[in-house]
Amino acid sequence: MVINNKERAEMLRQLAGTNVSLCIQCGRCSANCPVAWKMDVLPHRFVYELLNGGNVDVLLEAKSPWKCLSCFSCAERCPKGVSPAAIMEAVRLTHIRAQGNNKLNPADLENYDDKMPQQAIVAAFRKFNK
Amino acid sequence: MIYNYYPGCTLSTKAKELDVAARKCAEALGFPLVELPNWQCCGAVYPMAPDAIAERLSAVRALVAARDNGGVLVTLCSACHHVIKRVNDDMANVKEIQQKVNNYLGLEVPYTGETKVLHYLEVLRDVVGFENLKAKVVKPLQGRNIGAYYGCLLLRPGQVMSFDDVERPEILENFIKVIGATPVIYDMRNECCAGYMAVTDKNLCKEMVSEIQDNAADAGAGEFITACPLCAYNLLENAGATKLPVSYFTEVLAEALGLNEGGAD
Repeated sequence: MVINNKERAEMLRQLAGTNVSLCIQCGRCSANCPVAWKMDVLPHRFVYELLNGGNVDVLLEAKSPWKCLSCFSCAERCPKGVSPAAIMEAVRLTHIRAQGNNKLNPADLENYDDKMPQQAIVAAFRKFNK
Repeated sequence: MIYNYYPGCTLSTKAKELDVAARKCAEALGFPLVELPNWQCCGAVYPMAPDAIAERLSAVRALVAARDNGGVLVTLCSACHHVIKRVNDDMANVKEIQQKVNNYLGLEVPYTGETKVLHYLEVLRDVVGFENLKAKVVKPLQGRNIGAYYGCLLLRPGQVMSFDDVERPEILENFIKVIGATPVIYDMRNECCAGYMAVTDKNLCKEMVSEIQDNAADAGAGEFITACPLCAYNLLENAGATKLPVSYFTEVLAEALGLNEGGAD
């Protein structure tokens, strides 16, 4: 099944569950993101590209969702209540819900030190593995 | 009141100190914690997608068990608190999630977010009361300059967590005063430690933690306290040149209440 850009945008909007049309493009999300300096596509673009005429492929190809910490700084500080974090999550899920697309595997566990809290391992597997 | 307690995965293993001190202090302060039977891991991260139903179930099961045993659920780990409180909010306010979860669980009485979720710090502040707590301090931690590290999950999103002012929190600073130490306010106290990147990107953690450590040390802090096992891990294990010690807030509480005698710790 081949779907076009407009349909892909709608799928991501549904999966994110945040109202991108409220965005006033102030850029506060990107200004506040503690890992923006490591991202190839900044958080505000994740909202912008889901608006009419946006280019969804830019988001699906971005490395940013794998740098996102889900710290909710962007969502908390958005003056309009939009959650770029939820769009990052939607992009991550779009990838890892596809067969064979896990970004983290149980074999990787061998590399962790003894003090690594379960919380970190569970969190990372939730974010990078289905 | 029954204080149903959700320890979570890490408090039973790598962060036992947080749990042991919490139970001991709760007992001494008159709100003994009753561990929920058969609790399951909360999943550590809040599932943001509205269609992620399975990921919300363990939190709902804990919430239902607490509802059926008095209606209060106390949490301690920042991540557990974040996940359980947000899922509770979904169950109260997001019809589609509420309906799907209830359809799946087939409970005798459907769950619609009735349980009151309290973080341990909220119990100290709002049930015990900081003034009453102060009266029970036998070993004030005089001369200690403590930087409270809130991290990201305990406070955000402010509207749902309704824990404290998201940008100018004071609950931990007030707690530090109550136990006789001096709170040190530094700008990065409510910024993320890099969280689960500990698993996939250690270098990123090191860069971010170095900034937090330097920021706190520059402001005059001699040590950190936190409520989150992952924050504690990152602050210690991924520190750079500056490496202030880290304790859980329940450990310093036990110390101030004189509950560490006999070398139990």
